[in-house]
Amino acid sequence: MAVDRGRNLGKGYGLLAPTLVVMAMGLAAPLLLMLVTSLKSQNGISLTQDWTLAQYGAVLGRASYRSLFLRSVLISGAVTILTVALAYPIAYFVAFHARHKFVWLVALTIPFWTSYLLRVFAWKIILGFNGVINSALERLHLINQPLEFLLYNPFAVVVTLAHAWAAFAILPIYVSLEKIDRSLLEAAGDLGDSRLRRFLRVTLPLSMPGVIGAAILIFVPTTGDYVTPQLVGGAKGIMIANLIETQFNAVGNWPLGAALSLVSMAMVGAIALLFVASARAATKAAR
Amino acid sequence: MKNRALTLYAFAYLAFLYVPVLVLPVFSFNNSEFIAFPLSGFTTRWYANLAGDSAMLHALGNSLKVGLVTSLLATMLGLSAAKAVTHYRLKGAGAALGFISLPLFVPDIVLGISLLLLLGAGGLPLSLAAVVLGHLLVCVPFALTVLVARFEGFDRNLEEASADLGENDWMTFRRVTFPLMLPGIVASLLLTFITSFDEFLIAYFLSGTEATLPVYIWGQLRFPARLPMVLALGALILTVSVALVMVAEYVRNLGVKKPMVGA
Repeated sequence: MAVDRGRNLGKGYGLLAPTLVVMAMGLAAPLLLMLVTSLKSQNGISLTQDWTLAQYGAVLGRASYRSLFLRSVLISGAVTILTVALAYPIAYFVAFHARHKFVWLVALTIPFWTSYLLRVFAWKIILGFNGVINSALERLHLINQPLEFLLYNPFAVVVTLAHAWAAFAILPIYVSLEKIDRSLLEAAGDLGDSRLRRFLRVTLPLSMPGVIGAAILIFVPTTGDYVTPQLVGGAKGIMIANLIETQFNAVGNWPLGAALSLVSMAMVGAIALLFVASARAATKAAR
Repeated sequence: MKNRALTLYAFAYLAFLYVPVLVLPVFSFNNSEFIAFPLSGFTTRWYANLAGDSAMLHALGNSLKVGLVTSLLATMLGLSAAKAVTHYRLKGAGAALGFISLPLFVPDIVLGISLLLLLGAGGLPLSLAAVVLGHLLVCVPFALTVLVARFEGFDRNLEEASADLGENDWMTFRRVTFPLMLPGIVASLLLTFITSFDEFLIAYFLSGTEATLPVYIWGQLRFPARLPMVLALGALILTVSVALVMVAEYVRNLGVKKPMVGA
């Protein structure tokens, strides 16, 4: 394939420039400003002139913040594992066994075509004090008092997020399974591998890119999710984004909010990178 | 035997996906302000209330505006950037792609707040334009992914043939590149529109007094009496989105065949 060089390269950069400008304006400049803000402290409604690391000291020093970071990571870690584990068999089913693949893919994605807020809110209706589960159990006379442990805890957050993000696991895993060369599976079978061994030695390693992609696609945004902990988490299920939001609205401590944002971003990024690196190494070792 | 277990699991999983979503239409027709079983009769009054709710309609208008502008801009930016990285051997193209995809790895709350800081520093008002900028960050990476994939399966000889036959750049784009890219463009427009239309957190920080639909819905969730109406709205969004996806799928198939016949 011929590739333009020389005088045409200018045209190429010209095509790339508008997007880079928008991203610089919308992403790089604001993040830089956030860094600057996090190095100040609040003085009434304005920021002080002097630079300080006080906000980072507060973020890393306070036990309540540290436990909130830990809880956010644990909750989204649980969500990621649960969502991927539940989605893998269905992606496998559609890729290898379903007769009408397209119909299945449409059927699996339709529930995601409504408002994210309302999908999350639906779980509040299902798990709530007078909710679907409690009123059904009461009518069946299985319980006398509504179960209160269903809502307003980390468990409710995990279940709700596992439902809300399911498509982000199903689709990447399906794509990577679908790409697998079927003759490799036949070869493994002809060479005497049992179904289980064939799955563990051929199918699973070859589908790892989809699994890793799905895990990242779910882990990163759910760690910073605001809506779900706010609606179904209660005091015990609150996450880092809820704390950040109060710094900008109710409390009004912007430098602290900026420091919290940057620390959580760095934390999520580091965990994601570490995960991708170790997952790749493990996949290679397994082959 | 194994397949039967897997099929059974597939249907159980479908139930897990659908039951919570079906709560919306079921209670939107329930003749009671309380969202609890048993159901107490059929009504369409929540839908009637919805049609008369001017604040909701205004928010809907805002979301449509933001969604349309965002999807058009994101797809245009994605189209030119995708062409740049697939057609030219640019130095630093990998780094540029990484930079453009960066918002996927930044939580929405951080994107929203950092833009809020930028507006504050620049003395700019909160507005729908600010929401569009925020949504572009999230949507351009999606548009780019869809369009790069489409460009990679694209025979460049067709464009060269068009140029050799004397068409200028614009006419080549209009008569060759665009029709071949149409399925990708439709997919990108649809994906970015839905993403923008459904985005809450960035809009929550940046929309100010001009609420988008998700921001409006968020405000309503605090009032139990408003809930049936909100559920009716959710059921409508679901119906319209499904219809939209069906139409897009139909258009996509048309788009694949037409240029072959026309050319």
